[in-house]
Amino acid sequence: MIPVAENISPGSRIKPAMEDGRVLARRRDALWRRDRMIRAIRRFFSDRCYLEVETPYRITAPAPESHIDAVASSNWFLHTSPELCMKRLLAAGYPRIFQICKCFREGERGSCHLPEFTMLEWYHQGIDYRILMEECEELVTSVASDLGCGEVIHYQGKEIALQKPREMLSVREAFECYSPLSLAESLEREKFDEIMACYIAPHMGERQPTFLYDYPVYSSTLTRTKKEDPSVEERFELYMGGMEIANGSSELADVDEQRLRFKRARQFRRLQGKKVYPQPERFLEVLPTMPEAAGMALGVDRLAMIFTDLPAIDDVVTFTPEYI
Amino acid sequence: MYNASDLRKGLKIKLDHEPYIITEFNFVKPGKGQALYRCKLRNMVTGSQFERTFRAADTFGPADLREKKMQYLYSEEGKYYFMDSENYEQVFLSADQIGEAKNYLIDNTVVEILFFEDKPLEVSLPNFVDLTVVKAEPWAKGDSVTGNTKPVTLQTGYQLQVPPFIEEGEKIRVDTRSGEYITRVKD
Repeated sequence: MIPVAENISPGSRIKPAMEDGRVLARRRDALWRRDRMIRAIRRFFSDRCYLEVETPYRITAPAPESHIDAVASSNWFLHTSPELCMKRLLAAGYPRIFQICKCFREGERGSCHLPEFTMLEWYHQGIDYRILMEECEELVTSVASDLGCGEVIHYQGKEIALQKPREMLSVREAFECYSPLSLAESLEREKFDEIMACYIAPHMGERQPTFLYDYPVYSSTLTRTKKEDPSVEERFELYMGGMEIANGSSELADVDEQRLRFKRARQFRRLQGKKVYPQPERFLEVLPTMPEAAGMALGVDRLAMIFTDLPAIDDVVTFTPEYI
Repeated sequence: MYNASDLRKGLKIKLDHEPYIITEFNFVKPGKGQALYRCKLRNMVTGSQFERTFRAADTFGPADLREKKMQYLYSEEGKYYFMDSENYEQVFLSADQIGEAKNYLIDNTVVEILFFEDKPLEVSLPNFVDLTVVKAEPWAKGDSVTGNTKPVTLQTGYQLQVPPFIEEGEKIRVDTRSGEYITRVKD
């Protein structure tokens, strides 16, 4: 539990009204650009016959992920992502759906993290993660073109070229290139996340958007394992300018496997002394009818950072928790 | 005890029996992975800096720091001596530890010295000090070339810009945080 407000230095509260006005006025250009970006995203999906949906923010049972903590709202929870409800729509016969919504995660605050942030999430029936990567790339190019960016965008002194071919790197290759430890060693010594964050991520998407794919079966709970190589899951992340922008995967539709994964995540949480959420039974009940699909979660605030060339997530949102 | 989630810029913690101050802090979290707290730390004794990444489960003690009011005595061979006026105990700080503060120290100035266990680490000055001007160019009336300020030297050797009417032998008040002239002081 991080009461974020405690991280504010007392000095920053001296003249709240003036400070508020100044901070918000400074963000005007960024907020206009963010608005245009979100319109461009909506246009992209609308052109491809996607249905824009809204699912509840307050839910009874968030997906039991090992490292994602939900914020409680009386006896319920604020969703950490709209994944489970969107998959129920998928199972009910909605083949292409997208949503732009707020998500809430306990204890996440940093230069690229907010405890309340905006997520774009979409699901596409009948495709796998490979095709999803292409769709994701088309989204980025289409938004860039709507914003009048041309083929090269500038982010914090780096030139990111948007034209094809895109850069693709498996997690194994990324470890070979940038990590002081091998992939196996880093998993064994529980250093995977640290190496990802400190050694690999900063190099990803430096010159062009990078798709980092085939993650070791390790921490995600809702992703399909790769048939040809059961040690990895069909998951990828999109990086731009050293920052993780989006996370996509072929969705796990095997209910027994799903129950097992949830069980493991719940056990992990119990051992770590974290709150264990109720089992999302309604989701599990309809999972057998969910068609093959791939789904993507994209950080809208972070994409706005890229398209406004701003270094902190604070710069592209109206209010940060410290100013509420 | 602190948890990793308590970490923030400016926090002073104890690691391997040494006091550290966090000079840069960021929260990072790979997509589905665990939360990490990336810190730049400065050793408050040696001044050396390094980067370290903590995990949510890591805990630390607070650095055992306390402040004591002391009087500045004199400096000799790059050492700045201070005295506790209650028990007459003396400690010294090196020129490195003193830093900019040397510009504002005159005999008997009362300052706060920060200690880690029994080691003096740094000095905090009062926000304003009054110092005597020992060297100043005379003010030529109507001289618009020199502008609105002129340089003077204070008794500590510190040079700064002041309004042109300040003369040698006068006392002025200086803001120790910005190093700037505040006002003329009449004894």
